[in-house]
Amino acid sequence: MCLGVPGKIVETYEKGGLKMAKVDFGGIFREACLDYVPEAQVGQYCVIHVGFAISVLSEEEAEETLDLLRQIGAIEEELGTETSL
Amino acid sequence: MKYVTEYRDAALVKGVIEEIRRTVTRPWTLMEICGGQTHAIVRHGIDQLLPPEIELVHGPGCPVCVTPLELIDKALEIASRPDVIFCSYGDMLRVPGSKRDLFSVKAQGGDVRVVYSPLDAVALAQQHPDKQVVFFAIGFETTAPPNVMSVLQAQRLGLKNYSILVSHVRVPPAINAILSSPHNRVQGFLLAGHVSAIMGYWEYPPLVEKFQIPMVVTGFEPLDIVQGILTTVQLLEAGKVEVANAYQRAVTFDGLKPAQAAINKVFKECDRKWRGIGMIPMSGWCLRPEFDEFNAEKRFDVADIRAEESPLCIAGEILQGLKKPHHCPAFGKQCTPENPLGATMVSSEGACAAYYKYKRVEA
Amino acid sequence: MTDETINIEGAVCAPPLPHNEQIVMGHGAGGRMSHQLIQKAFVPAFQNPALQQGDDAALVVPDGLRQKLSISTDSHVVWPLFFPGGDIGKLAVCGTVNDVAMLGAKPLYLTAGFILEEGLQMDTLKRVIESMRQAAEEAGVQIVAGDTKVVQKGKADGLYITTAGVGLVREGVNVSGANAKLGDVVILSGSIGDHGIAVLGARGELGFESSLQSDVAPLNHLIAAMLDASPNVHVLRDPTRGGLATTLNEIAGQSGVGIVLDEETIPVHPEVNAACEMLGFDPLYVANEGKLVAFVAREDAEKVLSAMKRTRYGEGAVVIGEVAVEPKGRVLLKTALGSTRVVDMLAGEMLPRIC
Repeated sequence: MCLGVPGKIVETYEKGGLKMAKVDFGGIFREACLDYVPEAQVGQYCVIHVGFAISVLSEEEAEETLDLLRQIGAIEEELGTETSL
Repeated sequence: MKYVTEYRDAALVKGVIEEIRRTVTRPWTLMEICGGQTHAIVRHGIDQLLPPEIELVHGPGCPVCVTPLELIDKALEIASRPDVIFCSYGDMLRVPGSKRDLFSVKAQGGDVRVVYSPLDAVALAQQHPDKQVVFFAIGFETTAPPNVMSVLQAQRLGLKNYSILVSHVRVPPAINAILSSPHNRVQGFLLAGHVSAIMGYWEYPPLVEKFQIPMVVTGFEPLDIVQGILTTVQLLEAGKVEVANAYQRAVTFDGLKPAQAAINKVFKECDRKWRGIGMIPMSGWCLRPEFDEFNAEKRFDVADIRAEESPLCIAGEILQGLKKPHHCPAFGKQCTPENPLGATMVSSEGACAAYYKYKRVEA
Repeated sequence: MTDETINIEGAVCAPPLPHNEQIVMGHGAGGRMSHQLIQKAFVPAFQNPALQQGDDAALVVPDGLRQKLSISTDSHVVWPLFFPGGDIGKLAVCGTVNDVAMLGAKPLYLTAGFILEEGLQMDTLKRVIESMRQAAEEAGVQIVAGDTKVVQKGKADGLYITTAGVGLVREGVNVSGANAKLGDVVILSGSIGDHGIAVLGARGELGFESSLQSDVAPLNHLIAAMLDASPNVHVLRDPTRGGLATTLNEIAGQSGVGIVLDEETIPVHPEVNAACEMLGFDPLYVANEGKLVAFVAREDAEKVLSAMKRTRYGEGAVVIGEVAVEPKGRVLLKTALGSTRVVDMLAGEMLPRIC
């Protein structure tokens, strides 16, 4: 339902009473509102939906999840399972 | 793109799918409630890679699809007025009302504009003090904080020419309705990741308790989706009934408190019709009376507009996960994205459009 | 259907809007609505063999002429008039040069019709004309006739240009969208979506900035190099409005073959990808103005590829797929995950997917 794209905060500023940011989506830049994630800092990644940051991405959680999923992949390799994909 | 590329890693996705294959011992029917996930599943062909035991049914999670016909007619009426700049998210232009759509209104001279963000509509209101700027505020919980912020910002700026036409729907009442149906086949839910980023997932334990069905907060990239499916299958196979979070980098249990507070300040819960499904009690949000001056339905006196949906397509059943798009006799024949019979075909996020666009269609 | 619990009103939807009564923007988007307009409105009225061929240029053989002519026309209404990587003048020359060249022809002469809006700055017009001169020089064509009309303020967006062009088809060359054959590979000359995203960014309506440049370029020299390299180039077409997906669907339909693409081989600039993620677009549907797809017999693919790579606009050429027997008239894509999906034509107007 809701297209949210991760982007990196490159600059924050105030505009019309709102906390705004310039966000870098892999080389494409757009303004986004940070009012709902006031703790977000330059350099952090947020999920942006219709010009609003709706979540500050946790690098730690992301790494943990990826590690876990890599382990699942590794187990499969060890077992030598033949994937039919 | 960081946080995108690594979650499309084919080897990792295949590893997780293999783990699903090892875990599953019997057939399970899961519903992804969110249209964005439907889109990703079909776009990346994830459903083709799953073991045959897993059936994914597509839920009603496309706000474009479920916006009631009556509200579209109201939008068309407002957008036709000469003093109005009507702003909308792109997909809504394609949704047919009773007789026309926003494209036709635009072709007849209506000032209809596609905006990326509701704040862009507020900026238009500032730039055009002589015009009434109306924003078509549709969405699930994710889009509510941006939409309400546009009202709060218009209020702060003292704008007298900004209003929103609200069609907001909420996930928990929809899940409650789906699971209450005697036709229900769904045994586990993939919860919508971005809705949960806003709302957290504290609303779901009572539903899990009531219906004895596991629910897993799930993201949108292929790796997120297969992780969500794996987690759901693990819970089902272990006979565990609980809410789990497979989108930890973006979602916390409590959600985004400032956003929830803003929603509660501007919106209140109300009954809402879902196109193709019908009335689901207390399944929507409406503007609180103290924000009446920003309520386009009041400002433009369109309360009398009524519309009845006409019986042709099976969008309702598809939206509820009872049928798949290719079960529809009209699918891909009379009903195509540029000539849609039903709302699910209209939105590029709707299940039919996703199928039409991405699936192998047996001619 | 009935259901007490959620009070279903009936499985219902409003009847659709085919937009048969009036023109809407989708008719100009280059997708299926554009095709239907052409098939319903123009083809029945003008019908003749050259038109019915369905290519972007017409192949005609006037009595007494030994060589075949390729003729095409293209109108340009791009806004803004100037955008990163090009402008309406360069586009107007390259668009017609490319359409003429895609039948294996050497473009020779263009005409240009200008619709100017009252109030247009003379400097703006001069910049556009200079840009046309440069593009024509690069392509090696002459602009030999023209027309100018002025309309009242508000009746045009600054300026519109319609160009027409004619070229001589190389002897022995038979290139058409209807010629894709089993055993052909599909070659793409470079990354997709640059023009569409660059122009969208320059419009500023959706509020994003990028350093992307339009790829607008004359491709006739690239095509000449390809035809020099092999007599087995069967199809050439530039995937403009509607993008690669729409162009390949046209070719699949014209040739009555299936086309199977490999998602991972299709080059997309990271910024184009990022913009598409942000807006909910698929790069396969985004416009190009300096790219072509070619269907070439497999045994000559390497020769053609290396000839392409030696030219300025073919450096990024790659094989992206092949012709298949089935499904006839359709395009399939093998995803990076190893599954297969249908790639359809663009329907109507491409709109940002927000939800």
